[in-house]
Amino acid sequence: MNAPISHSKLTSHSEFVVPGMRCAGCIAKIEDGLAQAPGVRKARVNFSTRRVAVDHEPTIDIADLRAALADLGFNAEPAGLTGDLADRTESRRLLKALAVAGFASMNVMLLSVSVWSGADGATRQMFHWLSAMIAIPTVAYAGRPFFQSAWSALRKGRTNMDVPISIGVGLATLMSLYETVINGPHAYFDGAVSLLFFLLAGRVLDQLMRDRARDGAAVLLRQTAPGGMIRQPGGSTLWMPARAIAAGMDLIVSVGERFAADGRITDGNSRVDRSLVTGESALEPVASGSLVLAGTMNVEAPVTVSVTAAGPDTAIAGMARLMEAAGQGRSRYVRIADRAARLYAPAVHTLALASFIGWMIAGVGWHQALLIATAVLIITCPCALGLAVPVAQVVAAGSLMRRGILIKDGSALERLAEADTACFDKTGTLTLGRPAPDGALPLTDADKPVALALAQASRHPISAAVARVLESEGIRPATMSDMRETAGQGMEGYVDGRRARLGRPGWIDSALDADPRPGAAFAIDGQPAVMLSFADPLRPDAEAALARLTGMGMSLEALSGDRADPVAAIAHALHIPARAALTPADKVTAIEELQHKGHHVLMVGDGLNDGPALAAGHVSMAPASASDVGQTAADMVFLGDSLLPVPIAVAASRRTLRVVRQNFLLAIGYNVLAVPLALMGMVTPLVAAIAMSTSSILVVANALRLRSCAR
Amino acid sequence: MNGLAILIPIALSLGLAGLAAFMWSMADGQFDDLDGSSMRILIDAEDENSIH
Repeated sequence: MNAPISHSKLTSHSEFVVPGMRCAGCIAKIEDGLAQAPGVRKARVNFSTRRVAVDHEPTIDIADLRAALADLGFNAEPAGLTGDLADRTESRRLLKALAVAGFASMNVMLLSVSVWSGADGATRQMFHWLSAMIAIPTVAYAGRPFFQSAWSALRKGRTNMDVPISIGVGLATLMSLYETVINGPHAYFDGAVSLLFFLLAGRVLDQLMRDRARDGAAVLLRQTAPGGMIRQPGGSTLWMPARAIAAGMDLIVSVGERFAADGRITDGNSRVDRSLVTGESALEPVASGSLVLAGTMNVEAPVTVSVTAAGPDTAIAGMARLMEAAGQGRSRYVRIADRAARLYAPAVHTLALASFIGWMIAGVGWHQALLIATAVLIITCPCALGLAVPVAQVVAAGSLMRRGILIKDGSALERLAEADTACFDKTGTLTLGRPAPDGALPLTDADKPVALALAQASRHPISAAVARVLESEGIRPATMSDMRETAGQGMEGYVDGRRARLGRPGWIDSALDADPRPGAAFAIDGQPAVMLSFADPLRPDAEAALARLTGMGMSLEALSGDRADPVAAIAHALHIPARAALTPADKVTAIEELQHKGHHVLMVGDGLNDGPALAAGHVSMAPASASDVGQTAADMVFLGDSLLPVPIAVAASRRTLRVVRQNFLLAIGYNVLAVPLALMGMVTPLVAAIAMSTSSILVVANALRLRSCAR
Repeated sequence: MNGLAILIPIALSLGLAGLAAFMWSMADGQFDDLDGSSMRILIDAEDENSIH
């Protein structure tokens, strides 16, 4: 994976995200299959991140590799190399620092224990020097993350948790070195180093959670096409970058290419993958006159598009602008640990300074006074505080992940715990977002195999739904002859010499056209046609989930872009207020109004049109069936058809916040006991070591209670 | 005292060896794909590609 690009300068490197890999077989299939593709030198799958790294000759490009992956049966999206590389380097740096601090703290502790148990004279002297030789390079190396963060905060005139840590660790090391040089009895090397170890453990956990969520989602806002083929007045074609394309041009889009601009199809019939926009993975048929959006993919046949909007005017660019503007409020959120630090850091500094001045006045000399001030800093160092939040959040996130809820970062849990109002999108969030039969299908047992055979042959969403229902009943398809699809109308075929048809109601029997319900009709020659109606049903336990949220004291509302009638029906069925016919900007306004009134809004939505609202909410969730835009904008993604993960996540986040508060109390309680001892100059390195470890273990043990918080 | 002169260097060098092993395995990318590693053991045809 990190093999140097060695054998020749002529090796190119590309990476792809392949969301579809699920098992060991997929790994072998991709690696072996790609290795046999022409021009590929080496392919390496990273299963955790669902990525494939390919070393290949520069003669083949990303499109060829994608085609090779598609031949193997995997959808692949090219992935940026730079994006999360910084994150990966950061977690490596922290892990290395943790390893060094772990090694050092164990060895220094070993030496310190013998000093505490009575070694003195030359032995103590030697052990102190040995400790110094281990501790000083360790502090210089493993302390860097804290020193850098503290320095950048101080430069901006602010203070954070890292300032007292840096001062405490630095001062303790210097004082201990001085003690060692003058052959004094107390060296705090073990305190300084094990402090770094505990704090780094907290940092690593925090980073780990961020990494895992990023890998789990593995979907980024896919870029729209960089450009497209434009037909020139003379009839020739020219590739133009997206920013040069303007309205009125004729864009020719080949199979497998993304539309570079919004437009209307003037020539050709095809199917379009709109999952970027709607989250619906079924392909949508398009014909002359259909509208297509930039960023969606042309899958079946080449088409010509008359461009209506390009570049910054496309629907998706407008949505990205709205999301960016809406997300700014959230970036001002201050995490709970930092809020605690704002109060804690000045208090600690004042206390240490006061003890130094106090003992100076008492006349013990600067050496003794500084030693006591150092002990105060070490004792008050927010060791337990640094662990209190990340351990609780990692344990809670693990518990939620087992229930199918993925969290992007720890601050999402904190924000979710504060939410007191929940807004829901309708289609795809309160409802399943895919057609399901409205009651039992009115087919006789003799007709069902015929209907299944016809339904399986078409990729229309309604056909797929018919096939799904019949297959789940255990029906086997009938053998049919002369099967034929009429585009946009339906399927027909012959069984035992009789013609059977499944398709648009008006195509089968004009009398059925009046039926307002969406669905398909089915007919066999010699029998009356029957109507198969479909609806977008509510998620199976939507009502129970919403009732549980209400029980937790949250006020609920549905915000939908749909027409008033269906929204009112859903709102009535679920007993919640609703607003209908909202544009994406209206949704943002509605949420901002609520936030201005002092509410913290949890937004649950899925589609592209919910993207800005998801970004505007104090915290947001999206179902895993959501569009890429929805999944990118949301803080959490939940799997499955059930809506229960929403109340489960809210309950778990509140439990987590409660445990975090308890941990803070534990940490503060420990300080209340230990600080007076330190102020009186009674904290020897032994007392400091015991106090520090005990408080850290207590905090971790308390956080572990969250292991089953998702219920 | 004489015992210490031997035992302490041994203890330290053992610890350092462990640290070095960890650093090497991380630089080698052995922690990059923990889920994948548990899957790869199930792949029957071990060829050059899937060893490293």
